[in-house]
Amino acid sequence: MANTFAYAETRGGELRKVALEAVTAARQLADATGGGEVHALLVGAPGVEAHAATLGQHGADVVLVVSDPALANYTPEVAAATAAERIRGGGYVAAVFSASAQGSDLAPRVAAKLGLPLASDVVAVQAAGDAITVRHPVYTGKVFATLTVAARPALVSLRPGAVLPTAGARAGRVEPVAPALAPAQARVIVTEVREGAKGKLDLAEAPIVVSGGRGLKAAENFRLVEELADAFGNAAVGATRAVTDDGWRPHSEQIGQTGRTVSPELYVAVGISGAIQHLAGMRTAKTIVAINKDKDAPIFKVADYGIVGDAFEVVPALTEAVRAAKRGG
Amino acid sequence: MKIAVCIKRVPDMEQRFRIAGSGTSVDETGLKYTMSDFDEWAVEAALQLNEKHGGGEITVVSLGPDAVQETIRKALAMGADRGVQLKTEAVPVDGLAIARALAAELRDGGYDLILFGKLAVDTSSGVTGAMVAELLDLPCVTAVAKLDVENGRGRAERALEGGVEVVEFPLPAVVTVDQGLVAQARYPALKGIMAAKKKPLEVKPAQLGQPGVTVTKMELPPERAPGRIIGEGAAAVPELVRLLQEEAKVL
Ligand SMILES: Cc1cc2nc3c(=O)[nH]c(=O)nc-3n(C[C@H](O)[C@H](O)[C@H](O)COP(=O)(O)OP(=O)(O)OC[C@H]3O[C@@H](n4cnc5c(N)ncnc54)[C@H](O)[C@@H]3O)c2cc1C
Ligand SMILES: Nc1ncnc2c1ncn2[C@@H]1O[C@H](COP(=O)(O)O)[C@@H](O)[C@H]1O
Repeated sequence: MANTFAYAETRGGELRKVALEAVTAARQLADATGGGEVHALLVGAPGVEAHAATLGQHGADVVLVVSDPALANYTPEVAAATAAERIRGGGYVAAVFSASAQGSDLAPRVAAKLGLPLASDVVAVQAAGDAITVRHPVYTGKVFATLTVAARPALVSLRPGAVLPTAGARAGRVEPVAPALAPAQARVIVTEVREGAKGKLDLAEAPIVVSGGRGLKAAENFRLVEELADAFGNAAVGATRAVTDDGWRPHSEQIGQTGRTVSPELYVAVGISGAIQHLAGMRTAKTIVAINKDKDAPIFKVADYGIVGDAFEVVPALTEAVRAAKRGG
Repeated sequence: MKIAVCIKRVPDMEQRFRIAGSGTSVDETGLKYTMSDFDEWAVEAALQLNEKHGGGEITVVSLGPDAVQETIRKALAMGADRGVQLKTEAVPVDGLAIARALAAELRDGGYDLILFGKLAVDTSSGVTGAMVAELLDLPCVTAVAKLDVENGRGRAERALEGGVEVVEFPLPAVVTVDQGLVAQARYPALKGIMAAKKKPLEVKPAQLGQPGVTVTKMELPPERAPGRIIGEGAAAVPELVRLLQEEAKVL
C-alpha cells in the first residue's frame, strides 16, 4: 500500500482549482498502487485550514497544514523546504504539484532539494504495476513524449486542466505542521500581489477562450472580443503576440509558443492569421472557430468551423446569437 | 555586475518534426538549430543590465555537443564576454542531470546574477533554473517579466494566472527570464560577429550523472481533422451556433 502527496495551492487565502486537480491525481495514483492515503500540504495564513474539508471531498485523507501570519503570500523557500521535508520522511510513491505559476516555481526547488528528478508540465500521469509514466508535450506541443520516472517518490507537476477534479470522500483530517524554514529566514519575499479584475476567468481555467489578433485593428476594438466572451459567460480573453507587443493587451494574455498554452473546450480566433507560433499555444483546443476575412489564412487549416468575413460584422452577430442561445431562444 | 547566462541550442520550432526510427526521439537529420527564445532574451537582459549599471562581465554557458559552440558564438556576437561549453554528446531530458552539471560549473564563478530562460522550447520543462538555484543555495525568482537591480538587491515581477506578483530578493541570485522582460533580442552586428571570434570559449567535460527520467516513446500528436469553412459573413452565424450546440456541444 502506497501513500501519495499533493501540494494544495492557495492564493490570497483562496484554494485554487489546480489544488483539487493535484489531489485528484494523487488519489488516482494512490488507488492504482494499492489504495493508500493521500496527504495534501496546505500552506497559508491562519484560516487556511478551512480548506481541508474541500480537499477531503476530493480524496485527501490527511491535510498537513502550515499556518503562519507571515505566509499569507506564497513564500517559495518556506513552501519548498516544508514540502521537501514532508516528502523526504513520508515514504510516498508519488508527489503531485501543479504546473501553474506557483507550482512551476515550487516543484523544481523541491525536486532539487530531494535530489529527485521532476516530470514537469505533464498532461497525464499513470501508475501501472511498478512503473509510473507521464505524458508531456515537447517541441511546443508538436511532439508528445512518454516518460518513465524510475525514482520514488515520482515527482510530477500537472498542467492545469489536465485532470478533472473528482469527488473522493475522504476524511481530510487536519494535521498541523511546523514550517521547515522559519518565515523570517526567507530571502525571497513576495511583497505585493496585484490581482486582475475580479470575476474574470483565467485563461488556464476557462472552458472557452476568445482571442483577438491584429485583424481587430486597434486596442479599443477588443471590446468586440470581450463582449463575445461575456456572452458565453464562461470565457477568458486571449491575444496574439502581434497584439501584446503593440501593447493592446497585456503579455499575460498572449497565447502561443512564447506565451500561454491553453486547451479549452472551445477556442474562437478573431482576426488571427494562425502563425505556427500562435498555433503552438492553442492547437490542442477541442473545438476551434476562426473568423478571418482572408479565406487563405492558415488558421482555417486547423479550424473546425471557419467563417470567412469581416470581424466587425461577424463578431457582433455571433455575440447576439450566443446571447439568444443562452437565453434559450 | 558579473553575470552568467545559461543558453540552450534547440531546433527551430517552425520546422516539421519527424520521429526517429528508435521511436524515442525526434529525427535530427536536416533540422536547423537556434538559441532557445527565452535564452536569447536572457542574454539581452544581461547586456541591458550591464549597460545600465556601467559594465561588468557576462559569461554564457551551454551544455551539449560541439555544435553548441555556434550558439555560444552568437551570444558572444551579441556582446557577451566569454563562453563555456560543457561538453557531452547527448543532452539528457532530465532537467536535474543538466542542473547538476551547470551548478558544478557555476558554483565558484562569483556571479552576482545567474540568468536562465523560463523554459527551453524543446523539452518545455521549465525546471533547470530553479534546480540550479537550490543546488547552489541561492535565492531564486522564476518567470520574471520585469527586473530592477540596485545596491545588491533585486525587485522582480512575475505573471500569475490573472495577476502579477512583486518579489524582492538579495543578490547573488538566480533569475529565470519570461517573455516581456526585454522587448526583443538584438541582432549581432558584423563588428560583434568579428569580435566574437576572438573571445575566449572554454571547453570542459559535462559532469552528468545518471538520468532519472527516460523517454519511452515520442509521437506526433493526432492530426486535427482538416479545417472546414462553413460560410461567409454574418449570414453564416446561425449555422455556426447550430454546430456549436449540436455537434461540438459547447453552447
Ligand atoms: C520566436 C517567435 C515567437 C513567437 N511567439 C508567438 C506567440 O507566442 N504567440 C503569437 O501569437 N505569436 C507569436 N509569434 C508571432 C507570430 O509569428 C505572428 O507574427 C503573430 O501570431 C501574428 O499575429 P496576428 O495573427 O494577430 O497578426 P497577423 O499575422 O497580422 O494577422 C492578422 C489577421 O487578421 C486578418 N484580418 C484583418 N482584418 C480583418 C477583419 N476586418 N476581419 C477579420 N479578419 C481580419 C488578416 O487576414 C490576418 O489573417 C512569435 C514569433 C516568433 C518569431
Ligand atoms: N543544455 C543546456 N545548456 C545550457 N543551459 C541549459 C541547457 N538546458 C537548459 N538550460 C537552461 O535552463 C533553462 C530551462 O530549461 P528547461 O528546464 O529544460 O526548460 C533554459 O532556458 C536554459 O537557460
